[in-house]
Amino acid sequence: MIRVEDIVVSFSLGGGQEHTVLRKLSLEVERGQTVSIIGSNGAGKSTLLNAVAGTVPVRAGKIFLDSKDVTALPEWQRALYVGRVRQDPLAGTAGDMTVLDNLALAARKGPRRFRLATPPRFAREMEGKVAQLGMGLEQRLKENVSRLSGGQRQALTLLMAVLSRPSVLLLDEHTAALDPANAEMVGGLTRKFIAEFELTALIVTHDMKRALEQATRIVMMHEGEIIADLSGAEKEKMDVAGLVRLFKKARGAEYAEDRDLLS
Amino acid sequence: MIEGILVEGLIYSILALGVFVSFRVLDFPDLTVEGSFPAGAAAGAMVASALNLSPNHFAKALAVPAGMLAGFLAGGAAGFATAAVYHRLKVPALLAGIVTMTGFYSINLRILGGKPNLPLITNNPMLNLARTFSGGLLPPDLSLLVACVLVALLIFGVLDLFFHTEIGIAMGALGDNENAVIQAGIQPGNLRTWGIMLANALPGLSGAMAAAYQGFADVNLGQGVVAAGLATVMLGELVVRSQFISVQLLRVIVGSIIFRALMYAARSWGYLAGITPNDLRLLTALLIIASVAVSRYGRKRR
Repeated sequence: MIRVEDIVVSFSLGGGQEHTVLRKLSLEVERGQTVSIIGSNGAGKSTLLNAVAGTVPVRAGKIFLDSKDVTALPEWQRALYVGRVRQDPLAGTAGDMTVLDNLALAARKGPRRFRLATPPRFAREMEGKVAQLGMGLEQRLKENVSRLSGGQRQALTLLMAVLSRPSVLLLDEHTAALDPANAEMVGGLTRKFIAEFELTALIVTHDMKRALEQATRIVMMHEGEIIADLSGAEKEKMDVAGLVRLFKKARGAEYAEDRDLLS
Repeated sequence: MIEGILVEGLIYSILALGVFVSFRVLDFPDLTVEGSFPAGAAAGAMVASALNLSPNHFAKALAVPAGMLAGFLAGGAAGFATAAVYHRLKVPALLAGIVTMTGFYSINLRILGGKPNLPLITNNPMLNLARTFSGGLLPPDLSLLVACVLVALLIFGVLDLFFHTEIGIAMGALGDNENAVIQAGIQPGNLRTWGIMLANALPGLSGAMAAAYQGFADVNLGQGVVAAGLATVMLGELVVRSQFISVQLLRVIVGSIIFRALMYAARSWGYLAGITPNDLRLLTALLIIASVAVSRYGRKRR
């Protein structure tokens, strides 16, 4: 469960100027729901995910994960609830460590112990998990992650994000840097893991078709606000052309406001 | 001669292992070593010389090991100071190291009782210890070498085991991608602090051994040890390529022996090429440059 209440995120531009990215934004996502977040560049989609994960602080408002108020918790503590994949395939893994070591790091959240990280039993267990990715990585557990392709690395990052069974999955254009075949494959794995682990997921994407396919709910953002929130029958009726029309309407409203302001 | 090179190589390999932990594992360019190495030498020498004076035979036998432990702890304390400055004041790693290194010059003088150096009462307590342990079975030089091999292997074994534990893996990941560590729900600052303490405790231990071996501790022992340690790590990387932590640790020891052999050669036969002991630092610097250049060139060709 994710609940965001009236959060404000702004960045200092220096010289006392501020740029407000999220303006009193509220959003509630129930357990097990998958939400696609769409919107133009600079709408604040990534910032919303960063605010939920704790990467950027909020100036006002509250954030709840699994009904717990996490607003004051640093990113590493919120990570107990959150699995995350970013656009950059390099972002979520340690490239100079083996696939198995990376999995050992991600298998459990929280402080570490003086205990062998990758005993044979763990390696066997991971072989099974990695085989689910269907990329033959189970043969390459002892290879460094930097030797994997972008698609393989992103699939591994996705597996690492869900391995410890967090309740919330945050995906920020996680297929955007991949070629179409790999994007399709990682997209399929994403749906599979979300269903298997009953995750509450926020997925930022620019791909309208995929946004419609993968989620039961669509949130459209513009200039730090939610301008459309479609679920149920409304979402089922929606198609790519309809989403584009919604976009244009939002843009039009903006121009109208500009004219009002100037006249 | 060969025993001397090996003994020096093994003692200083523990220093280089510390440099490896900070520069390679943690990706934290730590200059604290210039303070933690002499801190270990000073603390080690003080403890060893105090115990050496004891009439109790048991305490006497423990003089060097206890000194080594003191050196280990003193080095760790210097590492903690750097980590605290780095994390609390958010200053760059290099500056944090310079601050600690500068401060520890005075602290080390205090440890040595206000004098710049301290001779150890019996000549070479290390040798005495080695002789005691071998029970006269081996000639003194050889028993010293065996003792150093055992210590170096012990340190190597413990480090190798450590870097295969959950904490060790997390530490390795921290220097590689801090974000991956945060996603695992680990506080990166605390983990780095332990790492920096380890990276300075090892040079402290090495300093205590060096003091015991040379028969004195000197406040200036730290000069140039970062560069020497780096040259050692790079020489090892030049000789053996590997992605496995066990091999990476072992090659630091190999690199250290090669480095000491090169320095010995420069000292012994350098005069043939007009090289004096004054030129050794320049040689160290050139060695680092050459190592980087060769590894760059080699990587391009691969």
